Amino acid sequence: MAQRKGEEAVGYRREDDPPYLYPDYVATRLRAPKKPLIILPRTLSDTTAPAYGRGAVGELDDDLTRQHSGEPVGERIVVTGRVLDGDGRPVRNSLVEIWQANAAGRYTHHLDQHPAPLDPNFSGAGRCLTDGEGRYRFVTVKPGAYPWKNHDNAWRPAHIHFSLFGTAFRSRLITQMYFPGDPLLEHDPIFRSVRDQKARQRMISSFDLQTTRPEWALGYRFDIVLEGREATPMENHT
Amino acid sequence: MSPEPTPSQTIGPFFHDALLDRDYSELVSLDHPEGIRIEGTIHDGAGEIVTDAMVEIWQANRAGRYNHPADDRSSLSLDEDFSGFGRSGTDAGGAFSFLTLKPGPVPGPGGEVQAPHVVVSVFARGLLKRLVTRIYFPDEQEANAADPVLSSIEDQELRRTLIARNEGDALRFDIHLQGEGQTAFFEF
Repeated sequence: MAQRKGEEAVGYRREDDPPYLYPDYVATRLRAPKKPLIILPRTLSDTTAPAYGRGAVGELDDDLTRQHSGEPVGERIVVTGRVLDGDGRPVRNSLVEIWQANAAGRYTHHLDQHPAPLDPNFSGAGRCLTDGEGRYRFVTVKPGAYPWKNHDNAWRPAHIHFSLFGTAFRSRLITQMYFPGDPLLEHDPIFRSVRDQKARQRMISSFDLQTTRPEWALGYRFDIVLEGREATPMENHT
Repeated sequence: MSPEPTPSQTIGPFFHDALLDRDYSELVSLDHPEGIRIEGTIHDGAGEIVTDAMVEIWQANRAGRYNHPADDRSSLSLDEDFSGFGRSGTDAGGAFSFLTLKPGPVPGPGGEVQAPHVVVSVFARGLLKRLVTRIYFPDEQEANAADPVLSSIEDQELRRTLIARNEGDALRFDIHLQGEGQTAFFEF
């Protein structure tokens, strides 16, 4: 029995995730659960994960600037990084899905009513598989900021949405990548919902001269860590 | 030093073209003799339907085996055609729907057996991180009563939210994010 309790104490640390209820982000008020969450013991049901998407990635899915007959308007960028598990090991051959607004800050989505132009050469959706070192790479354009109706004069900082699976149901993650030096970050309740300053920094990509291609595109680096290192039962008691 | 995890952020309202451009809501073909339909509606704390959510499911096959290398119980058959993964958006009526197979029982903690179940992630605007829940089956009363996860939920009303109900030819599993009748949600 003591053994079983020990097993149950093993978990992934994700305490830097935002809370469900963050009233400054108005949509959380009616969507955040109020009853206490139930701790799920570690079983095959969540240490396994789907092999979703392998074989579903098309040749141009990782280049959002080449999915139409012409080139999209905007600042061409390369976004690359590694997907890692909590021990720093690469997550290989794993699906990465992204979506974003165009350079003017407009999504192709039919519910986006921001009066900024759509770009007929930009859909804003991409996917790729990580390589043997856990690396992904996308070519796209830098997304624009856009207004949203959360509060008076509310603007989202430029961001790219990332969806990742990892090797276990536990490690499934959807997050957003931001750009360094964006003055909107300190006004954005979604970014600020992550309370720890250092944890916030882990959502901001870094400009990377090595990734930057001369005469062609700026490079940004964004590494993604899918879960905290597995705590051992001993550590849980300290 | 081990790296620190990247925090979660909301899926937002504009994910459809990227994540739902292909239909992964049917895990088996429409004419599969063992196919079951699981459907439900998502409600917020005011009882309003949630029309911009995405629901993902993950489950074992009928033999109770997960299609993943970590499940190496080779004595159980593995159906290569059955991925065990599904994804459905919610529609204008707040409804999601899957066509799948009923999973077999799977191992639980400490050598116990878990009743057949489907694990579920819910993503939506206003959810800064996903919600995790489970779908259990109404025709498994004995297994459900012995299930270690269900048994760990002391609040009977909360526990009942995890058991789908029969409705016509389908199983219904409504999800209430908040308020009266809130669905039981898990953390790891």
